[in-house]
Formats: sequence, structure tokens, C-alpha cells
Amino acid sequence: MSENPPADAQVVVGLEVHCQLDTKSKLFCGCSTDYRDDGPNTHVCPICLGLPGTMPMINKKVIEYAMKVGKALNCEVSEESEFSRKNYFYPDLNKAYQITQYDKPLALGGYVEIEGDDGKERKIRLTRIHVEEDPGRLVHMGNAERGRYSLVDYNRAGIPLIEIVSEPDMRSPKEARKFLNKLRATLEYLGVFDSDKEGSLRVDANISLKGSERVEVKNISSYKGVEKALTFEVTRQKNLLRRGLKVDRETRHYLEARGITQSARSKEQENDYRYFPEPDLRPLRVKSWVKDIALPELPDARRERFVTQYSCSLNHARTLTGELKMANFFESVVAQNKDACALAATWIADTLTGELNYRDMGIESVDPAKFASLLALLKAGTITDKSGVEVLRVMLDEQHKGETVETPDVIVKRLNLARTSGDDGVLLAAIQEVIRENPKAIEDYKAGKKGALNFLVGQAMKKTRGRSDPGELNTLMTKALSGLE
Amino acid sequence: MSALRFEPDDKYNAFLAVCKEPKGGSGKLSGIPVAVKDNISTQGIETTCASKILKGYIPPYDAHAVALVKSAGAAIAGKTNMDEFGMGTSTENSAFGPTLNPRDTGRVPGGSSGGSAAAVAAGMVRMALGTDTGGSIRCPAAFCGIVGLKPTYGRVSRYGLIAYANSLETIGPMAANVSDVSLLMSVIAGHDKHDATSQDRPYTHTPSADIKGTRIGIPQEYFGAGVDPAVAAVVKKAIGRLEELGATTVPCSIPSMEYALAAYYVICTSEASSNLARFDGVRYGPAVETKKSWHAAFQDARREGFGPEVRRRIMLGTFALSSGYYGKYYAKAQVARENIRKDFARLFADVDVLCGPTMPTIAFRLGEKSDPLSMYLSDILTVPVNLAGIPAISVPCGTVQDMPVGLQIMGRPFEDERVIDVAYAYEQGGQP
Ligand SMILES: [Zn+2]
Repeated sequence: MSENPPADAQVVVGLEVHCQLDTKSKLFCGCSTDYRDDGPNTHVCPICLGLPGTMPMINKKVIEYAMKVGKALNCEVSEESEFSRKNYFYPDLNKAYQITQYDKPLALGGYVEIEGDDGKERKIRLTRIHVEEDPGRLVHMGNAERGRYSLVDYNRAGIPLIEIVSEPDMRSPKEARKFLNKLRATLEYLGVFDSDKEGSLRVDANISLKGSERVEVKNISSYKGVEKALTFEVTRQKNLLRRGLKVDRETRHYLEARGITQSARSKEQENDYRYFPEPDLRPLRVKSWVKDIALPELPDARRERFVTQYSCSLNHARTLTGELKMANFFESVVAQNKDACALAATWIADTLTGELNYRDMGIESVDPAKFASLLALLKAGTITDKSGVEVLRVMLDEQHKGETVETPDVIVKRLNLARTSGDDGVLLAAIQEVIRENPKAIEDYKAGKKGALNFLVGQAMKKTRGRSDPGELNTLMTKALSGLE
Repeated sequence: MSALRFEPDDKYNAFLAVCKEPKGGSGKLSGIPVAVKDNISTQGIETTCASKILKGYIPPYDAHAVALVKSAGAAIAGKTNMDEFGMGTSTENSAFGPTLNPRDTGRVPGGSSGGSAAAVAAGMVRMALGTDTGGSIRCPAAFCGIVGLKPTYGRVSRYGLIAYANSLETIGPMAANVSDVSLLMSVIAGHDKHDATSQDRPYTHTPSADIKGTRIGIPQEYFGAGVDPAVAAVVKKAIGRLEELGATTVPCSIPSMEYALAAYYVICTSEASSNLARFDGVRYGPAVETKKSWHAAFQDARREGFGPEVRRRIMLGTFALSSGYYGKYYAKAQVARENIRKDFARLFADVDVLCGPTMPTIAFRLGEKSDPLSMYLSDILTVPVNLAGIPAISVPCGTVQDMPVGLQIMGRPFEDERVIDVAYAYEQGGQP
């Protein structure tokens, strides 16, 4: 067992990421890719069904999108690439081969920059990017092994995918998640990817502990799943080594519902795909085309701009630019409150993000104009931070329930959340009430116990339901207490 | 729309499906019944590739060539018999029984477009569509005594042709005479956006018998071992006639011929193994009665559905593509293919066309070639053309034992017009 690495061995992770390119039509035919709310086998034609005699025709938009991704991820876009057939038998595979790219992929090399676990920027190198078609989908009646029958839906057959293959450069499950987040952000910024679509991203992960055998985890279909599956694998592999056992080189499936990986049976592992060049497609030559591909502003550039243009902290800028919709939301809010950049950054990156996550809502459900007017109320001092959170929660809850979302003004009025101040009597009345109700605390205060003042201020705060400024309340309370002596 | 009546007395098993009242229209082929080889998709008409595995399959779309033929006014008369999936040289490999040669019903019509050739030779239709992968139009044309053109690869769309070996095969016209072959070619040639290998090279030619000054290369390999001396003599005489009509001849050689057959069989079986994999009993043909798991059920369906020659070629191709053997076979075959292409290009720098026999023998007797290897050897004179993608025509040029012999004329890429002209010149002035 001397060749086994120690239990704290370095983690090595490489990913193969399949992303659905967000085109209107499929890779090799004119069928619509927007099938998700429609019945099975409604978005099919002789070509994507692979009927005898049909031939593939390349959708140019797919190649343009794939080249955009290649450029954005710093790859070398190949002047000549080629499609091949990957042959295997499976009921959802209409032609019994998948048209993909094998030894001549569209793009080679490249990298994705992430913030490493050590806080420093790290480059995760890419091996290649290639274009391929998705097969169909099976629906098992029962389960795959013992079910009575399975149904085949070819709506997904021919959906354009790119596969992005990384080098084994990630050192932890967390880095893998950051890599994926960065990848997703980049693809969304390019306008070629919609992460909200079901099945738009699927990941196969290779994971090993340095010096030990490599395990492939197949078919992880969510962002969160990747970190979970890898964390499970790290623990499983470390435990094996700790017990003096060895890690087998194998393929495992991730079971999303249980959060575990499970060994795939051996017959699924031995496969000779008999690749050969697709005779029905000519090699793809993009030399002049690739030069004309223009890139929009990408996440890193936007993050830098947020730091310089809006004086965001690096952390806030990172959060705000980590998703295209978030970045766009921030900018449309800031456009309406030009002098509230700092406030907007904090409120969006911290408060709003937290409240949305809690409700499992997306940023697209927030109206930037209403959010901007909430910030205006905060900026003007009309409400306290605490009330601001309350107003926000009301807005999000209304949205969540599908009710009409009120404007912050209306909510403030309805719930009587406007900040109180010393001269409107409400605050003074509250203080007098607190003093009346807490003779014990008054005694303690008189006896010089410091904590008593905080307690009394807290009680008064409660009575004003957070509408008052703690500093102001403190001053008024001290003044009132001094009058008692 | 004029409805015809089409009820041929099919003594030769040339048709697998007959359209009794085919609809015609107006256009270049107005009112002409055209037979279509059964590996070319026809909307609403059963298309089986003469295989049990496609029994009952009715394509929901027309092949591009069929759509063109229809829009030129022709009536689709029916689907013609063939070697299963185009694999064979005799039309004996049909799951639905062999076609007989109308010239001698004890002999084969040639393959794999034997049904189309027999339908034309017997006068049941004026023209037919065939497909040529390694000689499948020219061989039956020669054996049945009709004219068949294998066009330049890419000149006629393959969309709708149920693929056997994509990189080699093409749809082409067959008829009793060169003018009709030319007419049908003018309808089916041209660009098709559904076929990425299709070229925008329409064919608008009217055959001309003027071949004065045409330089004809005579490759020695086309008259070497394995070629029946009687057939060679008839073809040489025909070439002599072309000289009398104003052509000059030049002896030449295609050294790469040696590897042509091997390269051809590696490439066509490799592509076939992939193309035919989709026939697994899930989507087409009769399903096998089985409660087995997927892979076992696929095996049953394929064992039931495919004939022995198809199974043999699938196994050969699967082997040739498998990891560890790809480099030894498929990659080497591609190199050989490139050498053949270069040999042709070199020859065509000096000559306009090449001439030789289409087949090394006359039509063989039914059951005569029971050993697959001897059957494969009979493709030796036709496959180089498919490997190079160039056009070639077979035109009747005499008989041996009362059976027709075909003169093969091969041309430069996209010079289909020129091979048509040489064939036309021979047809018009061949008999002294
Ligand atoms: Zn489609």
C-alpha cells in the first residue's frame, strides 16, 4: 500500500461541460429548439428523426455561437475542423450514431480565470471545445432495468451542444463550482446560452487524489450538483485510502436526489465508438469567418468597469457581474439613482441576493424601477435600513404570490414605516412608556450598570417597530433618563 | 394531372411495388412513367431497400431526385428490386427474390440496380432511377443491354437515398438509349440545399455525336487478367469504331487499380456498418417478439431482418473501424483512394475520357457466383470510378453468346456531358 497517497492528498478535478447553445433551430435541421412546454415528438422532422435517406445540414448560427465561445474563452479557433460519427446503440439515438467532433474540434486550448481557493486569480486551462448534437430522451415506465417499457421522445434530438473540456486544473469541488459559474456567466454574456432552460448544462467530472486512480462521475445536471457530487467523491476516496484500500478507476453516476455517486455497471464502460469522419458533411473551414466574430463586454471586463465606474468593492463587483441578469439589474437601478451607487451595490449584492435565495427567486422577478425607488427612500432617510428590508420583503412576497407589487411609497404608508424623529412626539411617547414599564432597568441604570441603557433603547426600538434611528433614540433616551435624576 | 394506368407484366420480378395509377404532370418528362430503385425514398410508397428490416416502411418525404422527376411531370411507376441495401452485383441478394435478366431469364440482371435495368430492358418503363456505389448502375446496364450513367459525385443530390456508402454512391439515370439518359439527367442534376456534398452544377446538355479530336485513354488494366477475352474483343472493336468516328486512342495505365477493390470494400463496408446501425427494430420494420433487454433485442431484430450479405458487410465494416484496426484498414483505404484519384487526374491531363469494358464478363447464371469473393472480383472495373468520384457511363456495344456487353466511358469530374457525347456517338454510329 506504499503507493497510496496520504489521506490529505491534493484533489485533482477536470470537467467536461455540455452546454446547449441557445439557437432557434436545431443543429442539422430547421426544427425549433423551443420544445419544453410541448408534447413529445412534436418538434421533429425526417432529418432529426434520422429517417433513412436524410442528411444533416449545418446550422450556421451554431457554428457562429461556438466560435464566439471559443474566442471568449481564449481558445485557438481551428481554421479547419471536421465532424465525425460516434457509433453506439441506444434507443434514444435515432441514427445509432451521434454526429460530433473528434480529432479535429472547432477550438483548442484557452482558459477560464477564476478566484482560486487561496483568493488569487487562477487560470483553469481548457483542452478543447467541440460541437455536437444531442440525442433524444427516454422516459421509463417503471425504471430502466425492470420497467415494462420505455418511451422515446426525439424533441431533443439534434439540439446543438458544445462540449467544453478542461484540463485537470481544479483543486477542490469549490473551484469546480467557480469554474462552472464563470463559464455560465461568460456564455450568458455572449448571448448564446440560457441557463434557465432545463438540461441546458450537463457535466461529467473527472476526479482523483494526486497519485491515485481517476474516477469519472457522469451526468451531473445542476450547478449545485457538481460541488456536491465532487465533495462526496473526495470524502469517499479519502476514506478508502484511509482504510488502506485503493480507489478503482471507474465510471460512476451521480444520483442527484440522494447526493451520492454510484458505480456504473461494467458493461457500460467498455465502448468502442468506431469514430470516422461524417461522409455527409464537408470539413468546416472558418478562416475568414472567425475574424469577423465580435465579442461583447465579458464578465471580467464588466467587473473591472463596475469597480472603476461605480466604485464598487471588488467583492461586490464580483457578485454583481457573476450573472448577466444581476449585472444588468444593477446598471438599470443605478441609471435611476446616479448618486446611490454604493447603496445600490450593497443592497443588491448583499440584501437582495440573500432575500431572493431564501425565496428561491431570480433577479428577473424584481422590477428595477420599484427597487430604485426603495433605494431613494433609504437615501433620503425616509425609512431606516431595517424598514427598508421590511419593505423589500413585502415586495418580494407579493411577487412570489403573484399579487400586484405595491410601490415602496405605498408600502411605507400602509405599514406606517416612515422613520420617526424626536419632534413628532412618537419617539418621546415610546421612551416615556419604556421608562414607565421598566422600573428595574431604571434602577440598574441609576446604579451605573452600562447594559441597562442598551436594554432600554432596545425596548424603545421595539415599540417603534424599527422606524427610528438607533443613534437618535440613544440620545433621546439618555436625555430623558438624565431628566429623572 | 393525368392519371396513367401502369400494370406491367412483370415476369422478371423487377418491381417490388407497382403504382397502378401513377399521377403525372406537365414538364420535360410529362406522362413518362419512371421506375425508382427501392433505396430511394418516395413519399407514401413503401421503400424497403429490398430488405425485410424495412418491410412496411413508408417514407413521409420524397428524395430530392424523386421530387424533381415528379415536378418534371413524370409518373412514379413503382419501386424496383435490388440487392439488399445495394450490396451485391447480381440482384440475387434481395430479400424478396432475385430479378431475372430479360435477355435470358436463366441469368442475373446484374446489381444492385438490377430491377431498374430489367424494367427498362423489358420495355416496362422508358426510364428509371438507379444508384451506383461501386458500379450498381453500370453493371446491370451492361448485363441487360441498356444505358446507365453514374454521374460525378455531388452533381445529383443524395438526399433521400437510403445510405449504404455515402462517400461513394450517387443516384443516376438509366434508359434504353443515351438521349433518354441525358434527358433524365437534365432533370435530376443540380444543387440541393439538403445535401451538403451537393454542387451547383446543373446539366443542360443535348447529346452531340461529334467526337472528332477526342482523346481516349485505354488503361491496360481494363484488358488484363480476369477479363473475359471475348468481352475484351467486343469492347476493343467498339473502341476501334470510336476511332473511325474521329477519336484518337492512347494506351495508358492506372497502377493504383491493384488496391482499388480492397480500398473500396473497406470504405463501403465501414460506412455501411454505421449507416445500417439505425435499423434496430425500434423505429422501422417488423418488431421482433422479444422481452429481452435493449442490446439483446437489437441483436434479434438485426439477425432476423438482415440477409447474409448485409450481415457480412456490417461485420467487416465494424471490424475495419474498430479501435486498433482503424489505422490498418480505414486509414490505409483512404490513402489508396487518394492515389486512385491522383492516377485519374494524371491520366485526364492527357486524355479526355477513358474507355474499357464495364464488366469483365457477360451476365452470369443465377446462383453461379455463390462465393462472395468471386462476386466481389467482378466489381474490379467499376469501383475505381466511385473511389475517384468521376462520371462514367455504360453503353451497349455488342454481344457475347447473345448476351450484351457494355462499353464503359469514364470522364473528368463534372464532364458528364463529355461521357454522354462519346456514348451517344457510339450509339448513333457504332454499328458499321
Ligand atoms: Zn428536425
